[in-house]
Amino acid sequence: MDSKERELLQLIEKNGRLENSTIARLMGISEDETEQMIEKLEKEKVILGYSAIINWTKGTDEGAVTAMIDVKVTPKRGVGFDKVAERIYRFPEVKAVYLMSGVYDLSVSIEGKNMAEVGRFVSEKLSTIDSVISTTTHFILKKYKHDGLVFSENEEDKRIVVSP
Amino acid sequence: MITEQRSKYLSDSVQSIQPSGIRRFFDLASSMENVISLGVGEPDFVTPWNVIEASYHSLEQGYTAYTANAGLLELRKEISRYMRRRFGVTYSAENEMVVTVGASQAIDIALRAVVNPGEEVIVVEPSFVSYAPTVTLAGGVPVQVQTYSENDFKLQPEHIEEAVTEKTKAILLCSPNNPTGTVLSKTDLQKIAEVVEKHDLLVISDEIYAELTYDEPYTSFPSVGKMKERTILISGFSKAFAMTGWRLGFACGPKDVLQAMLKIHQYTMMCAPTMAQHAALDALVNGQKDVIRMKESYRQRRSLVTHALEEMGLSCHTPGGAFYVFPSIKNTGLSSEEFAEQLLMKEQVAVVPGSVFGESGEGHIRCSYATSIAKLEEAMKRIKRFIENRETA
Ligand SMILES: Cc1ncc(COP(=O)(O)O)c(C=O)c1O
Repeated sequence: MDSKERELLQLIEKNGRLENSTIARLMGISEDETEQMIEKLEKEKVILGYSAIINWTKGTDEGAVTAMIDVKVTPKRGVGFDKVAERIYRFPEVKAVYLMSGVYDLSVSIEGKNMAEVGRFVSEKLSTIDSVISTTTHFILKKYKHDGLVFSENEEDKRIVVSP
Repeated sequence: MITEQRSKYLSDSVQSIQPSGIRRFFDLASSMENVISLGVGEPDFVTPWNVIEASYHSLEQGYTAYTANAGLLELRKEISRYMRRRFGVTYSAENEMVVTVGASQAIDIALRAVVNPGEEVIVVEPSFVSYAPTVTLAGGVPVQVQTYSENDFKLQPEHIEEAVTEKTKAILLCSPNNPTGTVLSKTDLQKIAEVVEKHDLLVISDEIYAELTYDEPYTSFPSVGKMKERTILISGFSKAFAMTGWRLGFACGPKDVLQAMLKIHQYTMMCAPTMAQHAALDALVNGQKDVIRMKESYRQRRSLVTHALEEMGLSCHTPGGAFYVFPSIKNTGLSSEEFAEQLLMKEQVAVVPGSVFGESGEGHIRCSYATSIAKLEEAMKRIKRFIENRETA
């Protein structure tokens, strides 16, 4: 990856909706070059997709609950961590799975309509997987910051309008 | 215009200076809604959190008293290391440095320390609005030297020569420049240094934007030839570290001059704010990554704005530093004041008319690109519409 590609990725990581023309001007390259670079990065799966960061608690009462689950597993011969992880991340309600260092092995993030739904998933799907030894479920009570974005910040410009 | 207030109680020197032309635009723009301001002379970043946190910590520890007049020794040592590392200039923390209330105060005490009544100080225009009045208040006489867009607003050494008289004491340099963004290269500075040496001038070099240069490595004036012995270097934390409100700057220079400045500082200021000094210490130790992050973002926005202005036919040289572009609006047939005022009224975009920065600023406007990408794009759209509507009118 060259430095221009890195610069482009950093720009769209912060704002995936930047127009190609804006990206081109910010980086001092042509729009064609920008488009080609993005295509290449998409093809190489460096860019996996584009999404919005949404504060679902605003303007809707169908507040989803998110749980972070610490999962301990026994990897068996021929069934390493990757295989166990795959069995878990295939479930659509699973939003993220990470292999962790420390006292547990997999960190699984799950979203559901309410606590009962998440609870059902954990007891019926997750803990019944053969290699899973134990689970510890933590519900998220409030999101302050997610993927680098602060949820409720007073972001207005605090500078005076004209200054030397 | 602002009416001058005459009173028998006021001094001649304060009555001889005019309120800044920026003030009027501030009043005008503040009274309007939905204004996108490209008139702000400061970063759009909030001070990096680690710096704010360091200041909190110092307050929690009870560091709420005065510091040494020259500033915390620890901070001065760190400034000394920083200036050597970043700009290749070496100053003793013990006696060649004073920590001030912004670069503004450093300029003030520098001028007061060196100017005798009636002595002349060369001010290179377009310039930061404080220079000439500060010279006047110090009892000196500001002598304006112009720079022009044909030379990318670079100071021409022969123009210094023309302005020098037997009363000339010093010259105020500013690179990167506010409002033009022009950066003087090593070669430019060497040529200026020759004239300075020939006429035995003192140089007050305002390098507050030194971190914010985008094209070439920066040359600090005192690093050129033997200039260190006749240069007062002014800098501060406002721009590079996004710390305008903390009011912290510093001056470095020859021991005798700095000790004289310290004397004024000691009687008129005591010391710079203690909590800001602790913040600045952290900025120097841990803040370089933040400087780079912010600078990268300015560089991108500089590119965005210069392209957009060129496309709408407002020619501007690509400024090498700071966060301003200074395009020519001459082909609109408007004066810079008219342009700025009409743009504000019709499209709610605030820019600063070039004329407030001096005679040669006329025909230009200063646009600060230290504003979000979304706002910059909207502002460029509005300026374009403003120009097109004028052409078809
Ligand atoms: C060229 C120049 N010098 C000095 C200053 C003042 O900086 P400070 O906030 O350190 O007083 C400014 C601020 O706009 C500036 O543009």
